[in-house]
Amino acid sequence: MSNIDTIRKKSVAEWKDLNQPEEPVIFLGMASCGKAAGADKVKKAIQEALKKHKIKARLIEVGCIGTCYLEPIVDIVAYGQPRISYGNVDEKRAEFIVRKHLVEKDLSKTHPLGHLGVESFNGIPHLFEHPMLKSQVRIVTKNCGLIDPGSINHYLANDGYSGFSKALKKRPEEVIEEISHAGLRGRGGAGFLTGRKWKTCHDTKSDVKYLVCNADEGDPGAFMNRLLIESDPHALLEGMLIAAYAIGATLGYIYIRAEYPLAILRLQNALKQVTDIGLLGKKILGSEFSFSIKIKEGAGAFVCGEETALIHSIEGKRGMPRTRPPFPAQKGLYQKPTVINNVETLGTVPHILRNGSEWYRQFGVEGNFGTKTFSLVGKIRRSGLIEVPLGTPLRKIIFDIGGGTQKPFKAVQTGGPSGGCIPLELLDTPVTYETLANIGSIMGSGGLIVLDDDTCVVDLARYFLDFIQQESCGKCTPCRVGTRHMVEMLETICHGEASPDILDKLESMAKLVQSTSLCGLGQTAPNSVLTTLKYFRPEYVKHVNEYYCPALVCSDLIEYSIVEENCTGCQRCVSVCPTGAITGPRSEPHNLDISKCIKCRACYDVCRFDAIAGNAIVITSGKE
Amino acid sequence: MNQLNSSFTETLNNHLVEEGSLIPLLQKAQEQDGYISPEKVAQISEYLKMTESQVYGVASFYSQFRFTPPGEHSISVCLGTACHVNGGETLLNTIGRDLDVRPGESTSDKKFDLKRVACLGCCALAPVVKIDDDIYSKVNVVKLKEIISNYE
Ligand SMILES: Cc1cc2nc3c(=O)[nH]c(=O)nc-3n(C[C@H](O)[C@H](O)[C@H](O)COP(=O)(O)O)c2cc1C
Ligand code: FES
Repeated sequence: MSNIDTIRKKSVAEWKDLNQPEEPVIFLGMASCGKAAGADKVKKAIQEALKKHKIKARLIEVGCIGTCYLEPIVDIVAYGQPRISYGNVDEKRAEFIVRKHLVEKDLSKTHPLGHLGVESFNGIPHLFEHPMLKSQVRIVTKNCGLIDPGSINHYLANDGYSGFSKALKKRPEEVIEEISHAGLRGRGGAGFLTGRKWKTCHDTKSDVKYLVCNADEGDPGAFMNRLLIESDPHALLEGMLIAAYAIGATLGYIYIRAEYPLAILRLQNALKQVTDIGLLGKKILGSEFSFSIKIKEGAGAFVCGEETALIHSIEGKRGMPRTRPPFPAQKGLYQKPTVINNVETLGTVPHILRNGSEWYRQFGVEGNFGTKTFSLVGKIRRSGLIEVPLGTPLRKIIFDIGGGTQKPFKAVQTGGPSGGCIPLELLDTPVTYETLANIGSIMGSGGLIVLDDDTCVVDLARYFLDFIQQESCGKCTPCRVGTRHMVEMLETICHGEASPDILDKLESMAKLVQSTSLCGLGQTAPNSVLTTLKYFRPEYVKHVNEYYCPALVCSDLIEYSIVEENCTGCQRCVSVCPTGAITGPRSEPHNLDISKCIKCRACYDVCRFDAIAGNAIVITSGKE
Repeated sequence: MNQLNSSFTETLNNHLVEEGSLIPLLQKAQEQDGYISPEKVAQISEYLKMTESQVYGVASFYSQFRFTPPGEHSISVCLGTACHVNGGETLLNTIGRDLDVRPGESTSDKKFDLKRVACLGCCALAPVVKIDDDIYSKVNVVKLKEIISNYE
């Protein structure tokens, strides 16, 4: 029996013991989202409660299952019962749950999210019956939130590295054929066939070849790669081992953004573990295959997510893209053949090797096989990370899985700064690379930002263009200058200073930048403008002709006032107003001096969230 | 300063001169001093046999690098898309006004520096503010004042 088989056997026993433990086991969701929601404090509260009640229990840190809006999440396994999951656990609730679940053994008032057992349990639904999880198909996120990302044993116990073991028994060409037949397409945005990319690199003769994992995740508002690495780092490493074996690479890089310190930590730890058991290094598992991996931290430039810019950045240069061909698979890092793949692409690869390409093709639709993860955020009720088969209609994602919006739904923005806005009428569009492109947007890496009536699409287009303009590397004129002109035009619209012909000018500039830019950044930059002009033109027209912002967002077009009869005089707004524009004694309706008002929204927010009245401060937009 | 420099020399010595080591060295320098000091640029340029302007040329391309000393506490306000549509801008303006500091700069007493960042990866809990190593989620103006007062 080889070393790895021995460890796997031990791991399986350890995992089984964890799920049917003698002493209670408590799993804590400790990915970045959990921590941001207060998981560290919850952990402390649990430790204190355990001490107080003199209970011995094991605490295990896990990643995130994707229902981020329910963070902090805590699971408990005890007394021969299945693993039971709790959401929105703050310090008080933590103490309560420990007492009820572990001391009084009474689950009746604990409101669990669900259990993870095999049979039905005490009227508590299965966790995967939860509306956000029910329609998902979890392949790449299979382990997320369930295993300890710091433990290679947990990964091994759940079939980990068995895909790589299978790959090693095949010839590299057969591995590539398996990936090709699966129809796997790149999850970083462009949707290029992974098998074809690998084949090009494999067939290019060279003494040295590289594999690069793109974990730059530049889309501001998306976190698929972060969650995957923080929750299951070995899935990425296994995918990289398989890819490297297939293309014949001896050195791999993971280019990861510096804003993800926890993900970097998880990777460093995982790399050490695989090196220790001989899955990384020279002559891996007794084969002729040698491979090692280095981590490169990005330094904060959106364009470095583009593959040729990324290569320049790893080489220590300014991250400027270059024209292709030659493609990196022929001439990439240090001029050597290089495969660049996204985290999710590589994280999917082990599953295809484990279960076969035929199995993978049962998910998704012709030409778009498999699943895709999306980060579902914005004005959505159930926000988080989801995984669904390609071809799932947007409506199902937003309403069935995400629970819809609080205010009326307005649009969904897909694909990050390079994507577009999709209106209600098009929500039955199934999500595939082609269908999204056909309606003017893109798949991108999986960002889905849901907008409601409180979001101004003109402001959003300005936001994206401004983002791209700042991130433009400056190499080509259409992108450098064209996007700046577009930002300026959008600003005049938001400020109510635009001339009536501005929308035509904006549109023609957008088309020019789209058709003449050098790289994907500039070519896709106008998508947000073009789609909002196409689907939401009346909203632009209202800004231009009536100085009216229907969403009440554009600060130059709105005014704040106090509705006297609604104001209880609680003075909360007086205390937050930074310019002293609001005055008035306690218990009497307050006054707002609009000449001093800087429209910072502080009073509006405080009135809604923190004051007695809740609706005394109103925002109006000039229709004259 | 001298000690820092000598430990940085050690870093340099442990770092093989290889292609691609400029950015990691800049990151190391910033990790030690909190910013890219002229002294470190001089050391790096000498070590990698590049001109100082070449070093600055690369460093200034990346938004991670700062060229002025940071404050005692670093506040980052996320202005990624999810945070933008959930009011991140208001938070940035509020902090700027309350602490009298502009993004990219430090307060006059050097207590805080303020930065705008594009996404901290906690978009599902937007809007998000990070102070030093702690991320705060679903922040509003009231919560924000409370959070900051814990650092004052
Ligand atoms: C401006 C721009 C930014 C990009 N950012 C990313 C990114 O953050 N992550 C990513 O995986 N791909 C990004 N890409 C796509 C990459 O160039 C490349 O296609 C991808 O990493 C290939 O991996 P895949 O085939 O597995 O998708 C970006 C492309 C452009 C044009
Ligand atoms: S958009 Fe703010 S954390 Fe992602």
